Amino acid sequence: MNKAIGYLFCALALGGMVSGCDKPPSPPKTTEPAPVATAPAPAPVAVAPTQFTPPAESEIPNNEYGDAVLLGKNIFVNTQQYAKGFVGNGMNCANCHLDNGRKADSAPLWAAYVLYPAYRQKTGRIDTIQSRIQGCFLYSMNGKPPALDSKEMTALVTYHYWLAKGAPTGVKLPGQGYLKVPKPAQTPDMARGKNVYENNCAICHGANGEGIQARGEYAFPPLWGKDSFNWGAGMHRVDTAAGFIKVNMPYGLGGTLSDQEAWDVALFMNSHERPQDPRFKGSVAQTRDTHHDENCLYGRSPEELAASIERKAEAGGEAAAGQTKPAPEQLEGYSPAISH
Amino acid sequence: MRSLISHIFAGVMVMAASNAAAAPPSIITQGKGAALACASCHGVDGAGNAQAGFPALAQLPPAYFAKQIADFKAGTRTHPMMTPIAMAMSAEDTESGARHYASQARPKNEASTADPAVIARGKNLAINGAWDRNVPPCFKCHAVDGLGVPPAFPPIAGQHAAYTVSQLQAWKTGARTNDPQKLMKTVAEKLTDDEIHAVADYLATLGTREKGNE
Repeated sequence: MNKAIGYLFCALALGGMVSGCDKPPSPPKTTEPAPVATAPAPAPVAVAPTQFTPPAESEIPNNEYGDAVLLGKNIFVNTQQYAKGFVGNGMNCANCHLDNGRKADSAPLWAAYVLYPAYRQKTGRIDTIQSRIQGCFLYSMNGKPPALDSKEMTALVTYHYWLAKGAPTGVKLPGQGYLKVPKPAQTPDMARGKNVYENNCAICHGANGEGIQARGEYAFPPLWGKDSFNWGAGMHRVDTAAGFIKVNMPYGLGGTLSDQEAWDVALFMNSHERPQDPRFKGSVAQTRDTHHDENCLYGRSPEELAASIERKAEAGGEAAAGQTKPAPEQLEGYSPAISH
Repeated sequence: MRSLISHIFAGVMVMAASNAAAAPPSIITQGKGAALACASCHGVDGAGNAQAGFPALAQLPPAYFAKQIADFKAGTRTHPMMTPIAMAMSAEDTESGARHYASQARPKNEASTADPAVIARGKNLAINGAWDRNVPPCFKCHAVDGLGVPPAFPPIAGQHAAYTVSQLQAWKTGARTNDPQKLMKTVAEKLTDDEIHAVADYLATLGTREKGNE
């Protein structure tokens, strides 16, 4: 009921023009000496030169461990069925982590697994892979996170671990997270985004982003509305969604949309109403100011967002020239993963 | 009393409707002029013909069926037999044919004689795709059971292998181009001929489903 009210409130108060995102990680409090301005920019965390390849599905061992891997995979692919009590919308994990969590630039599990534990600004604590997965359930699945010692969590972590077999820990592997799509030439625009949506996305996701069901299940996931991810999910960020869309959408045609089209359609998608941010405590403005940065439309109009993207681009250019602070993701122990 | 009468009336109407549904429309059984009876190649039950490669039409979404007829008429899809047939079909013929085949059970095929290793390879492609080549699984768009997602994505489970092969090849070579957004072309052109045969053989092993789904 609270959720319903929150959802309604969100939609009413913001006229369907709300979307959200999380605060960018601010420079962390660290005991390590801060780099001085004259020093060369800190080297990014080592990046393995070659693409990591997770083990083939046929290599899942035929024993108790393999059973847990398989259950984890089943939960991941068909969350609606295998983790039913923990899901509050129409989504499955594999909707945003394509190829059952294996695909590079689609937030692959093997790349996520080796980056935890990590400090995350979003939670303000060290998250383990388990608590990170709980975040997925709370936000992207708009549900109730499985307990740390639950059968579901154990199976999901086992699946992550198995996929990461042979990967170095603490290393940002190529293909981790979603692609960062450069800011397009033109400020992202709702009308252009609607046009991109109608020509490329609506055939699968429906004219109103509602997804398409077949025989009682979502065959294509809803992109907004009550059965989609909520305002706390990483995908509600326009930059994150643009990265996912650019590389992965439509199926088989990844990479065919221009950067501009990816940004425009991400803006359009994330301008619609969706379930309330679970951190909402009665005030959209307060929730926005506490948890949402300038990369989303939570409590913000598309025009306000466009203006902030412009400002950020200018500021970014100056910061790049100065190079006084390392980006948070360049520091060891800080999750470079997108906020979720 | 009025309620009773209206119930009886409603019952009679339902019976009349179900009788009408039970009798296939004449376009299916009789044809019309240059339009041969649909059933002569596709069967009254829409099972098609495996040997001849005539496609199963059972449970095609009506909108998909209508689009194919419209595309044959417009010349955006061509076939030596289907083009003249479609040209002779009225809007009413199309609608009644679409409705009839949508209501038929998906055919059950003969046991496959294909090599199990080939079928296994096809199954892997249908379920997992080959994302490293940007080939999504068949079942990502045609539903996890391969029975399609109306209105745009037709059922492929239980389709005759010869027909599936011919269509994938047609998209691959550019002989068929009426797929929305080039969604099938982009997949077919990345598949080898062996993969096309494997996936077609696998899909033909599927598809026993009760009536009632579009």
